[in-house]
This record gives sequence, structure tokens and C-alpha cells, in this order.
Amino acid sequence: MDAIIIQILNGVDKGAAYALIALGLTLVFGTLGIVNFAHGALFMLGAFCAVTFNKIMTLSVKIKDESVTLFDAYKEEPYLKIWFGETGEALIDYAVPLSILFAIPIMILVGYVMERGLIRHFYRRPHADQILVTFGLAIVLQELIKASFGANPIPQAAPAILAGSANVGSWIGLGDTLVYPWWRLIYLGFSGLIIFSVFAFLQFTTYGMVVRAGMRDRETVGLLGINIERRFTIVFALAAVVAGVAGVMYTPILPPDYHMGMDFLVLSFVVVVVGGMGSLGGAVAAGFLLGIVQSFASMNEVKQILPGVDQIIIYLVAVVILLTRPRGLMGRAGVMEE
Amino acid sequence: MKKIASKDSKLLLIFSGAVLLMPLWLAPFGAAYPDLLQKFAIYGIFAIGFNILFGLTGYLSFGHAAFLGVGSYAAVWSFKLFTMNVLPAVLFGVFFAGLLALAIGFVSLRRSGIYFSILTLAFAQMSYNLAYSVLTPITNGETGLQLTLNDPRWLDSLYKVAGEGLPSTELFGLKMSGYPGFYFCAIILIVCFFISLRIFRSPFGLMLRGVKSNQNRMNYTGLNTRPYMLSAFVISGMYAGLAGSLLAVTDPLAGAERMQWTASGEVVLMTILGGVGTLVGPMLGAGLIKYFENIFSSFNSNILHEIFSFLPDGIENVMVKVTGLFVGSGWHLTLGLLFMIVVIFLPGGIVEGAQKVKNLFVSNDQKGSAESSPEKQAVE
Repeated sequence: MDAIIIQILNGVDKGAAYALIALGLTLVFGTLGIVNFAHGALFMLGAFCAVTFNKIMTLSVKIKDESVTLFDAYKEEPYLKIWFGETGEALIDYAVPLSILFAIPIMILVGYVMERGLIRHFYRRPHADQILVTFGLAIVLQELIKASFGANPIPQAAPAILAGSANVGSWIGLGDTLVYPWWRLIYLGFSGLIIFSVFAFLQFTTYGMVVRAGMRDRETVGLLGINIERRFTIVFALAAVVAGVAGVMYTPILPPDYHMGMDFLVLSFVVVVVGGMGSLGGAVAAGFLLGIVQSFASMNEVKQILPGVDQIIIYLVAVVILLTRPRGLMGRAGVMEE
Repeated sequence: MKKIASKDSKLLLIFSGAVLLMPLWLAPFGAAYPDLLQKFAIYGIFAIGFNILFGLTGYLSFGHAAFLGVGSYAAVWSFKLFTMNVLPAVLFGVFFAGLLALAIGFVSLRRSGIYFSILTLAFAQMSYNLAYSVLTPITNGETGLQLTLNDPRWLDSLYKVAGEGLPSTELFGLKMSGYPGFYFCAIILIVCFFISLRIFRSPFGLMLRGVKSNQNRMNYTGLNTRPYMLSAFVISGMYAGLAGSLLAVTDPLAGAERMQWTASGEVVLMTILGGVGTLVGPMLGAGLIKYFENIFSSFNSNILHEIFSFLPDGIENVMVKVTGLFVGSGWHLTLGLLFMIVVIFLPGGIVEGAQKVKNLFVSNDQKGSAESSPEKQAVE
């Protein structure tokens, strides 16, 4: 029982990352009709926003170490600590959650520039061209990050108070053996919050209503005198923000490196296809579903029966879904079935 | 018809001449050494094969690297088990890649458009992941498959004594390294080009073009396009397997990184850079990319300092820093930029670009072909 719950938690956790990226992909596809291969790079950019923010927070100065009296010793002391004392230290400790505030404006800017500068010119080009140009953009972004941050993963620490594990077992009366890292639980809650707010935004605001109308029939909305392209640009920026903050929050779980975006992108595309191209609910559901399936496939008991199944299970599911139910789990009939 | 035929034989003649004389006319560019020339020929084959699928039918496969990898593995196994002769290796490579292409194509071709791209991508990633994990006994995982001293080599051991050290690949005694290796690849390249030329001009090729322009209409006329598509897919997979086995011929090792999806992206770029759906475009693209990869990645900061040494020190350092981003290990950045620039400004590739330039110089009444370029249609 413990093992199963742990696997489900693991799966939901991974699935949350897939779901967040897939949500952005679907938003962009549903509104702009663009197949964005650079979306994984946005996730990666978000993660590196956290890295940059952490670097800024810990800008240090060399000062003399007073505790060593035998000889002149020096130590690095962050400015924040010198200026604000304990508050400064706390700020540094909470660098990762705080960097969300730093990442949001940056991701909005990146998304806006990307849409206005490049994607806009590809609305009417074939999907193959869109795939190719965004693929090129992804390579460029990835290489720029590699050139400025190096090729090695850069570990980021979660706040100290969240470093341990939560005793999940005792909450649900299953004994003390069932523990799960705090930060992953936080990440789960955070993902849920983001997904909920995106849906609430689309469902309960007038702005969201117009966007949804535009997804159904862009032409009619345009004829009603609404500048739908402008709203879609905002949606693109929103998708970039979702991917970015997902990246920020994922850094304590997986040390970011320059190709993490590509790794997630391929899987997220599979998620989108399984969920149904253009269906937001489908993307989220498929994200969690595939995350759980993958985590069960990587259990040792399963691997003994079917070696290697953990490596390919997601693709396998995608192949089966595409062949039996082309529009995906929750796709609308007639949308991109060909 | 006769005119086309004579035009084609002229094209084939020029192409063969250009390929065979590469060691001569590439010398001034500093590219006339066998290792690089072999790469030109091999990736030329890869791109020409990819073009048969993408150029004729418009189906964008993002998984062709899988066939390249399988070709390499099959060839190295043939070296290990049977003989160092390259012919069986090449045949095995083509055969197994064709088999894999048949299986993947059978499933993937049920869908089209972006679904096809994602399906092929999924299959290629599956092959890559498997090659790294469960199939380690066959692929030797991360280390890559290499020749070893205690390989059986049954056929070779029948009629000759194993020499000292690792044997090298050979064609009936002719060692396949250096120029002989290049000419072996070059002759295969020319044969491949000829086959692709015949396919382009055949009714089969016309059928594939029909699929590209409107598959529904083809189906409405009562024609089942799937067998044609599957044949095109398998043929282009076999080309990729051939290229993979030739990679193993010139350097007998195979690694899983050849199957990664970025490698599939590279062949797409070659084809697009040269010109999708044109005969010589893919070869041009492959040559250019491999050439620049070679030149650019050999640059380091010392060479850059030499180049910019005529500038004042401050500016020199800035220039070295800026250009240093794009060369050496930053070559992929240049590749990505190139990718974007070509797709944005020149969707028809170099061949279309050359035609546009040519149209500038000929009289107005012959301008028809430039007017209907895909870029202009997109703007409308």
C-alpha cells in the first residue's frame, strides 16, 4: 500500500510538470494555431531565472573572517546579510520561491517579444514551417544559456524549513514509513494553484471568455470588432509565464541544465497529443495520467517482468492512443483529427 | 519527354563529375581531406533519402536518426560477427533500417501532419531510450559499440589468420580509410542520386507529389495512397540506414547519440537549407552544413585573436568575445540561427535563392516561376 501511494505521489509530481508545460502548449496551439517547439525552452528559461536571481541574491564581498585569529582568513559574505542581517539571510534562504516574482515579468517580456517578433509571421505558414522555426529558436535559446551558464546542472536549494520530508503516512493513518519530500508537496500544490487560476481566468473573466470564443472561431470574433490578435499575444505571454514559473519551482527537484527544456518538450508534446490537441482539460488530465503511468512503470516489480518498459511507456501509450482515438482523450471531434 | 531525359543525364553527369572531383575543387576551400569528404558523401545520401519522403510527400519525419543509428549498429555487428568486408555490412545496414522503417512507417503513416511528426519522434525517442537501457547487450549502451580483439569474425577466420591489433574495414583487400573510403562513399552517393532522380521522374514520384498537394483528392479518385507512402517511407529509411552503415564503414563504431532527435533535426535542416523537393538541394545543404561545422568548430580564441589582430586591443577583445559565441563549441548556436533564418526568409532553400537571383538577370516575361514561391503565397 505504501509503495503504491508513493508511486502515485511521484507520478502526480512528475505529471504536474508535464501538465503545466502541456497546458501552455495547448493554449498556444488552441489560440494561435502554432505548434511551438520552443515551449520547452521557455520552461528552461524560467529555471534559469531562478538561477540568476539566486546569483543576484548571493552577490558577495570578501571580508576578513574574525573567528580565525591565528592568521588572516577571508570569507565570502553576501551583501544582503551585511545590510539586513538575519532578514537578509532569510531572503537568501527563500531565493527560489522569491524568484517567481523575478521570473514573471521576464517571462512576460520574453513571451511578448517572441510572439510579436517571430511567431506572428508564421500564422499562415504550414505547420511544418512552424515546427522548424521554433525548433531553431529552441536551439538558439538553449545554446545561449549554455554559453552563459555552462553545461553543468546548477543545483538550487529549497528553503531550509522545507528541506526535510513530510510524514504523509501519519496524516492518513498508514504508519511512519510513508514519507515524502516537503518541497515536492509544495510543488504539487503550486501546480494545482496555477492550473486552477488559468482555468478560472479563461472561464470566469470577460477577457477569458473572448479568448475562448476566439479559440472556437477567430474570424467571427474579429468581425465583432475585437482585436483578437492582441489578446492572443497576451495569451502567448501567459503561456510563457506558466512554463516559466513551472521551471522556477522545479529547480530544487531537478538541478537545471541547458537541455532540460528539450527533454521535457518531447514528453509534453506527447502529453498534448494524448490529451487531445487544443483541449486544455485534456492536456492537464493526460499530464497527470502519463506521470502516474510512468512512475508505476519504473517500479522494480514491473521492470522485472518487462525490462525497459519505464523508458518507453509514455511513447507507447501515445502510439496506442493516436491509433485508436486520433483526437486524443478529451479532444473535440473534428479538431485536428487528420 | 526526350528533352527531360537528356537534361537528366546531363545533370547526372555534372553531379558525378562534381562529386568525384571534390578532392580537387574543394582544395582551395581547405576542405579536401578524406575524413570531411566522406562526411559530405554520407550525409548527402542521408539528406537525399530524407528528401524523397519530405520533399515529395510533405510528410515531416522527426525520427530519421533512428534509421541512421540502426544502420550503424547493423554494420558494426556485421564487422564483429562475419567479416571486415564492407559490402555485407552495408547490405545489413540497409536491410535492418528498411525493416525498422517498415514497422514504424506502417504505424505512423496512419496519421498525417503534425501527428505524423510526433509519432515518428516518439518512435525515434523510444529506440534511443532502448538503445541506452535494455538493449545494452546489443548496443553497448553509453560506451557505444566497438570492434574488439576477440570478435569471432567467422567468415574472415575461415581463410585468413587474424593479424595483430584491430583489423580495419576493407573492400576485398582495399582498406576503407582515406581516399579509397571516400570514393567508395562517393560512388554509392552517385548511385543513390541516380535512384532518387529516377524516383522523381517516375509515375511513383508523381503519385507522391499528388499526396503532397492534396491527399484527400487523391483518395477521392479511388486511389489508396498508403502503399505509396509506405514505400516512400521505407526507401528513405533505407537511405538513412545506408548512410549509417557508411558511417560505420569509415569509422567502425556506433553510439546511441546518433539516434537522438537533434540528429533528426539536423537532416531536416540540411534538406531545407538546400531546398526541399529539389534534386541537388539536399546534397548542397548537407555539404554546406558539414563544411561549416568543420570550419566553425575548429576555431578557438587564439585563431580569433589572430583574425582580429588588426583592430585596437579593446575592440579586438570585444570582437573575439562576440564571435567566440558562435564558433568552437558554440557552433550549435550558429546552426540554430541558420535554421531560423532559412525557414523565415528562404523557405525554398538555396536552390530557390539561386533561382531568384537568376530571375533578376533574365527578362521579365520569364519571371513566372518566382511569382509562385511559397513565401509569397504565405504573405497573401
